Amino acid sequence: MPPKPQALKILDIVTLILFLIAVWMVFFYAPLEAVMGQVQRVFYFHVAAGWVGFLGFLLAAIFGGIYLRTGDLKWDRRSLAGVELGLVFSFINIVSGSIWARPIWNTWWTWDPRLVTATIMELVYAAYLMLRQGIENPVRRARFGAVYAILGFVSVPISFLSIRIWRTIHPVVIGSGDPEAVGGFNMTPTMKVVFFFSLFVFTVLFFDLLWNRIRLGEFQHKIEQLKMKVMM
Amino acid sequence: MESKPVDALNPAKIPAAAAPGRPVASYFRTLGAIVWKDLAAELRSRELLSAMLVFALLVILIFNFALQLDARTRASVTSGVLWVTFIFAGTLGLNRSMAIEKDRGCLDGLLLAPVDRSAIYFGKTIGNLIFMFIIEAIVLPVYSLLYNVNLFNPGLLIVIVLGSVGYVVVGTLLSAMAVQTRTRDVLLPILLFPLVIPVILTAVKASSGFLQAVEMTEIWPSLNLLIAYDVIFIALAFMFFDYVVEE
Repeated sequence: MPPKPQALKILDIVTLILFLIAVWMVFFYAPLEAVMGQVQRVFYFHVAAGWVGFLGFLLAAIFGGIYLRTGDLKWDRRSLAGVELGLVFSFINIVSGSIWARPIWNTWWTWDPRLVTATIMELVYAAYLMLRQGIENPVRRARFGAVYAILGFVSVPISFLSIRIWRTIHPVVIGSGDPEAVGGFNMTPTMKVVFFFSLFVFTVLFFDLLWNRIRLGEFQHKIEQLKMKVMM
Repeated sequence: MESKPVDALNPAKIPAAAAPGRPVASYFRTLGAIVWKDLAAELRSRELLSAMLVFALLVILIFNFALQLDARTRASVTSGVLWVTFIFAGTLGLNRSMAIEKDRGCLDGLLLAPVDRSAIYFGKTIGNLIFMFIIEAIVLPVYSLLYNVNLFNPGLLIVIVLGSVGYVVVGTLLSAMAVQTRTRDVLLPILLFPLVIPVILTAVKASSGFLQAVEMTEIWPSLNLLIAYDVIFIALAFMFFDYVVEE
């Protein structure tokens, strides 16, 4: 087995340091929001996790497309890594949002378009994993996985559009907000710094994990090959 | 039932392959042959339609007790009940129609035929769609009769056609995928439902708009979205069917 690349080791350490700084900034550097109080601090990681979750699914669809073009199983492993990370981060996004919603909306959950879309997204990619589990032939698994990752990625935004026909109460902090949104606020410059820093840190974290996951996938692949060789 | 594969090759398919000079005509002839094969097989066995129909009626029966469908509740939930019924019955049909192809190696036979793969896909889709329409054509009057509501609203019928198209288009593609997995029957609804949510949402919304006779201006957004999704999903399925059946 090849040792861990030097660049990846460095990236691991950098990610850890950056993440600790981000945690410190969220709790001690960012000012206390006047209306919502401490719970508003969830916002920084909530949005960041949502963004990288989306990024994971986007990459999964792109890598899936490349796989269908090239037929190289390497891209399938990358696509799977994207889906897995997307699932984890979207889940963090939903849970952190729920924690915030309890005091602000006075409920853990509401059938708001964004919340429903996030749930559908989780279900689509959970189905993706179940689909893969049911197929033994690695080439077919890769092909079906790629098709489903792309279909899912097209379907999710249009789900959002159709749910949007009903009204939303989810606040939009960046860009124009809906006047009916509950829990919106304007960011002070310090908040903006913390916000963009946590976006950046989560993106770095995402790519670090992605790299590690892809490496793991390569090992799995190698083990499978070795097993096949033994069985022959 | 045993004569089905013969049927597939019988009237139209061979001339279709032998007439390369008129590609469009031969494409449609292939398509027709596949639809005809499905219908003929169903006409002889009647296993699919009867199962779908009984299942649909059972779903309505269960809804009746589960939701206490009295006159007031009915007005607001009819479109939802109808769509859930169609979708569940549709899943049954989609699963079965692909499973019979797979079980006796018919799918391989179809794929070996020197015809455009997309003709096979659209043939299966149209076949499934016809089954779905037959079920709907029976369920709607039965529902009207049981609950004394008039469902023969042209707008509602258009929505049902559009919604069924979107549902079956994705469903046929995914059922071709699901039959090739270990968990097959269980997997299809899990794969299909999250993807067709946009179609179902807009169809339910538009249907209940027509049933409650709201202004057309309020129905148009859902209806337009529904048409757009149909087009998007047809295009996607057309693009990906080759990858799903290729070996």
